Amino acid sequence: MKHAALRQTESATQVAASATPANTSGHMAQAPPRRRGLAGRATRWPSLRRGELRSVVIGAISLGLVLLAWHLLTTYRVSAHVRFVNVPSPGMVFESLLRAVRDPKFFNHVLLSCRRIFIGFAIAAVVAVPLGLLMGRFRLVRDIIFPVSEVLRPIPAIAWVPMSIMLWPSNEESIVFITYLGSFFPILLNTLHGMTQVDPVLVRAAQCLGARERAIFAEVYFPATLPHIFTGLTVGMGVAWVSLIAAEMISGQYGIGYFTWEAYSLVQYSDIVLGMVCIGVLGLGSSALIRSVGRAIMPWSRS
Amino acid sequence: MSVAPALLVNKGKVTVTDFSLTYDTADGPVEAVASASIVVNPGEFVSIIGPSGCGKSTLLNAVAGFLKPITGRVEVDGEEVEGPSADRGMVFQQYSLFPWKTVRENVEFGLKMKGMDRTTREQSARTLLGLAGLLAFEKQYPESLSGGMKQRVGIIRALATGPKVLLLDEPFGSLDAQTRVIMQQILTNMWQRHKTSVLFVTHDIDEAIFLSDRVYCMTARPGAIKAEIAIPLARPRQPSMMMSSEFLALRRGFMGLIREESLKAIGGELNDVALQGLGIDLRGQSLADVI
Repeated sequence: MKHAALRQTESATQVAASATPANTSGHMAQAPPRRRGLAGRATRWPSLRRGELRSVVIGAISLGLVLLAWHLLTTYRVSAHVRFVNVPSPGMVFESLLRAVRDPKFFNHVLLSCRRIFIGFAIAAVVAVPLGLLMGRFRLVRDIIFPVSEVLRPIPAIAWVPMSIMLWPSNEESIVFITYLGSFFPILLNTLHGMTQVDPVLVRAAQCLGARERAIFAEVYFPATLPHIFTGLTVGMGVAWVSLIAAEMISGQYGIGYFTWEAYSLVQYSDIVLGMVCIGVLGLGSSALIRSVGRAIMPWSRS
Repeated sequence: MSVAPALLVNKGKVTVTDFSLTYDTADGPVEAVASASIVVNPGEFVSIIGPSGCGKSTLLNAVAGFLKPITGRVEVDGEEVEGPSADRGMVFQQYSLFPWKTVRENVEFGLKMKGMDRTTREQSARTLLGLAGLLAFEKQYPESLSGGMKQRVGIIRALATGPKVLLLDEPFGSLDAQTRVIMQQILTNMWQRHKTSVLFVTHDIDEAIFLSDRVYCMTARPGAIKAEIAIPLARPRQPSMMMSSEFLALRRGFMGLIREESLKAIGGELNDVALQGLGIDLRGQSLADVI
């Protein structure tokens, strides 16, 4: 009797769990949630699938329309204030791509850019995340670092290019430094913001369970801040690409940004667009990579 | 069946003597609690009841070790409370499970802090979850649980380390009335099994009577102990007892005590006549409940 009543209210929001009344007895402990998951999926799957399929189809149509517009604008050499006279058509860019794929020099450009991103971004993450955590936890650290960061933060990474060339002995290092600067501040600020958002009740709960300073930091503050850290990493990655391309265009001799700029100088217009598309795809891919790493290490935030 | 540390019989005598606490606010100092004294005997279930803002949670937080009294002493088993510790398990009104830990990892947390090895603490947690009928949910994250389940896990988590005292701060305040009654029953069962002293804060009169051996009734701010009432109802208690004449008599007594303080809490000029003029019928409830 009592058990039955308990089940009803307790599982009111747990829809399918109430399907197995033996649930609370504990013997067949594992079964109910699994059944619940399956049952839930069985009913939700098709509609979810349909929704996803719809999105994919609409997205593909939308992209196709952009390509078509581009094709029409360039083949008819439209010139109504904005001039498409010299803009390469999609077909020409595709030919460029086929040529580039067979050209090891093009791959070198791409690889070098990726390497710069990786190094600059990795150093930024390794420095900014712990610094943000410490700033959030210790008032003194925050009071020391925050004013400096606020003064430096509004300076766009591109404006650092001349300074960077002066500071670093090699071109390579100065470009990596620019990339690092670009991603540093978004990561730092998001981490700090995450620290201020930590629910104080969780900290108190941990204290009541015997957690000391170190454990509270590792078991509460850090995991609670992780979603914000990943937001920072995603934004930081975007800014890293922006900064890298600018730096490569100004001072590079290699890299996809340099490739794009060089194409303009050499009047190879289709290569300009190839470079642009390539940058877009690389930026998209690296953001997706960070998001999937985030999902993998934060299974609780997957709803 | 052996439940590692949780079934150990603890002492758990809580003594709060002449406790006063003042908060500093923008409008100057506010006296939250004025020389309150309470005792929880080992294994006893004691509630503190009073109008909103009377400082009952302040008192509980002081026993937990989050607040230091301006004057007075807070002791557990004769030792002065210096700060929060696993000796005093706490359940909060807000859900306080760690969202990044599974249900079982949440329950294991206190044992992990004690340095217990993985296998042992996993076993203890599973045993406790089994007793609370939550073993089926051990691998789920708190997000997927209902409110009642979250608080059940919260109670088990607090009990897992075998605390001397279990402190509960309006733990069922955000649950619906149905779930609430069931949770009260579950808490009673767990308390009887674990023999831990309990200090329970609530503004719900029925809840206080149903659960407690003794109830302290607090005055409006600054909170002081207005009355101490023993609850002579037999145990084990059943929800059906709430209709007994004994229970209703106790309820009436509390109503009177609380109503006076609730009215004081919202302003001295209000009385029944004035409220009738406003079209508010108290119907035996406290003003705080009606509003």
